[in-house]
Amino acid sequence: MATDVQALHAPEVKPKGGWLSWLVTVDHKKIGIMYLVTAFVFFLIGGLEALMIRVQLGTPENSFLTPQAYNQIFTMHGTTMVFLAIMPLNAGFMNYFVPLMIGAGDMAYPRMNAMSYWLLLFGGLVMYVSFISGGNAPDAGWFAYAPLTEKIYSTTRGMDFWVLGLQLLGVSSLAGSVNIIVTIIRLRAPGMRFNRMPLFVWMSMITSFLLIFALPSITVGITLLFFDRNFQTNFFLPAAGGDPLLWQHLFWFFGHPEVYIMILPAFGMISEILPVFSRKPIFGYEFVAYSGVAIGFLGFAVWAHHMFATGLGTVADTFFSAASMLISVPTGVKIFNWLATMWRGDLRFKTPMYFAVGFIAMFVIGGISGVSLAAPPFDLQVTDSYYVVAHFHYVLFGGAAFALFGGAYYWLPKITGRMLDERLGKFNFWMIFLGFNLTFFPQHILGIEGMPRRIWTYQDNQGWNLYNLLSSIGAFLIAFGALIFVVNLILSLRRGEPAGNDPWDAATLEWATTSPPPAHNFDAEIIVNSRRPLWDNKYSGEDRGMTLNHDWHPHLPPPSSAPLIFSSGLFVLAFGMFFLGSTPVLGIPIILVALAIAGFGMSRWVGEIAEDPVL
Amino acid sequence: MAQAVRTETTKTDPGRGLDLRKLGMWTFLGSEVFFFGALIVTHMAMRGVEPLSSSFKSMNVEAVRELFGYNVITSVLAFILLMSSLTMVLALDGVKTNNPKRFRFWLGATIFCGLCFLGGQVYEFTHIIHEGVTIRNSMFGSTFFTLTGFHGTHVFVGVVWLTSLLISSLRHPNRYNGQNFMAVEMAGLYWHFVDLVWVGIFTLVYLI
Repeated sequence: MATDVQALHAPEVKPKGGWLSWLVTVDHKKIGIMYLVTAFVFFLIGGLEALMIRVQLGTPENSFLTPQAYNQIFTMHGTTMVFLAIMPLNAGFMNYFVPLMIGAGDMAYPRMNAMSYWLLLFGGLVMYVSFISGGNAPDAGWFAYAPLTEKIYSTTRGMDFWVLGLQLLGVSSLAGSVNIIVTIIRLRAPGMRFNRMPLFVWMSMITSFLLIFALPSITVGITLLFFDRNFQTNFFLPAAGGDPLLWQHLFWFFGHPEVYIMILPAFGMISEILPVFSRKPIFGYEFVAYSGVAIGFLGFAVWAHHMFATGLGTVADTFFSAASMLISVPTGVKIFNWLATMWRGDLRFKTPMYFAVGFIAMFVIGGISGVSLAAPPFDLQVTDSYYVVAHFHYVLFGGAAFALFGGAYYWLPKITGRMLDERLGKFNFWMIFLGFNLTFFPQHILGIEGMPRRIWTYQDNQGWNLYNLLSSIGAFLIAFGALIFVVNLILSLRRGEPAGNDPWDAATLEWATTSPPPAHNFDAEIIVNSRRPLWDNKYSGEDRGMTLNHDWHPHLPPPSSAPLIFSSGLFVLAFGMFFLGSTPVLGIPIILVALAIAGFGMSRWVGEIAEDPVL
Repeated sequence: MAQAVRTETTKTDPGRGLDLRKLGMWTFLGSEVFFFGALIVTHMAMRGVEPLSSSFKSMNVEAVRELFGYNVITSVLAFILLMSSLTMVLALDGVKTNNPKRFRFWLGATIFCGLCFLGGQVYEFTHIIHEGVTIRNSMFGSTFFTLTGFHGTHVFVGVVWLTSLLISSLRHPNRYNGQNFMAVEMAGLYWHFVDLVWVGIFTLVYLI
């Protein structure tokens, strides 16, 4: 080991400095933890909503939920899982581990990093406030197809909350992505060349580039929608010449890259876990990295495969179909590289490895059903059916969520300093694995048999009873699996075995420091000489992988309340905008107050930058 | 200085000379390109679409062009905004050459140009609305006011930003100098970008 082997002591779980210190923290690790905790809570809420959907659909002609409530629940389930669970869970791991993996002391813009977190929390709150404001949650689906979202069809204020919440989340993601990109480009340790970066860092960078180029499109889309609903414009209403398809183009130009935004970090996590538990370097590092870049580029050229049913014409259908199928090439490259990584490896089946292998299997199933959907003739048969629901749950749950569970079992020991229980972990995996397949595999068949998605209920004689019942039972198994994870986490925090610096005998820099790492991450500057610095040092007995420079003075900015104040201003601004169209007497004063708060936060922020030029 | 420490620790790798904040600004502007791209495409695609219902206006693009009138006013505005990029460059040069007076003069000139542009836009909006094109009654109006409105908002933000720099430089005369000019350069990058967007909007909306 290059770093000092320290005596294993039981790590302190309680944070130092009291809970107030979390409000003003600019430490990427604390912010990462806040991201993970917040997103996990939203994940559980989204899961509860999924359970409600499955209870309603478990038996025919059920009336557990009213149709109105059902619309709200499935809309919020999708919205929550995409924007408030998977994306911020990925962002949480990126925040915590990207600086550690490249040997940096912090993110490029620590204060802006805090702002990204607060806007995530506030964006989620704006969306969920809709439930308690007269029970009018968004009710037009996470894709918010116009003209269903227009005031004449969606008469409650739910979609306004949806738009405003999403605007805050958009600012959060944009700031977070700029931060990740600059961190990776500028703050790598000496010798950490691009082609030595861990693959999770590669995928984080590609994801961030996708976000900055995809987000503007939905920002424009939801802005136009907001104008339609509040200021009587007609962007998506044909009566005035508007076009519902304009919404679909703006939405899916964001929405399809969004799919890769959710899955590429998962690819990164898998590419970290597999080599460590196969005791082999990743097979074809360059191919895994550059195929991620290829997926990123192609991801912008396939959005209209979500719109085959709208009748775009043969030329457009052919182009988007071919481009979509092309994406299976770089994705397949990754799959084969992962398999080749395991091939003849000394496989160690710990919990992270269970989830990683489960990920590959489930993602391949989801990928294959994805290729089938890229063929317009087949797509037209199963569009808007449960086949589509089955497909995207196989890639987003069987894919992204499995990888996140694997990532959690792999990295939580670094974050908390304590191991999670292996037996509970494997139990957790099998519950989720069985529950997941029981829930979503039958939905392929339901879809082919013609069950449309987004329906509130169905009749007894349609032949869908058995598969729906199985699917609902599976959903409860998943919930039980998630519960085991919570129990495992709590037990680990209370009396888990101390993890030590490097419990998995891993290769990347985050394991070269203590668990949890100190505020400045590393005690010395790391000079990287290889792609697997820890392994090359450990197994060569020399400093082949990396050397240490102890004359290192990383600069960390002091805690700051400016990001929280500024974000609170934007939070209040969302409510001002909410009232601006309907009751300007209320809206305008709220907006002025909000701008004052944001301005105050900004001026503090600028003042701090003048003292200490790190954003 | 924190910045100095950071630069030192990362000097051994190639391609790391770019200032942290500048790189972030470029990345953000990359995102802004797509933002205005989406608005411009929306305008180009929708401005000529006829309404299905007779309660909305049928806007012949050529007829609306007549309203602009003028092209004289918008051409003058475009000229003013482009000149403000020149004054911004001169302001930055003033900082870099440790000449606070020159800096403040040209910064003030840039702000003045920005305000002139905003005033011109207010005049133009009033004129067009008076002629019966509103954000509500036609696709041309909806997309035109959204696009140019967002651009105007960007100019306004730029004016506020530059003004805050001017005030800050008046209160702390030595804050920006030949060693510490990044705050000015960042504002300048943003300002040039907003000008450049106007070149696109002017060409696509007013000329083509």
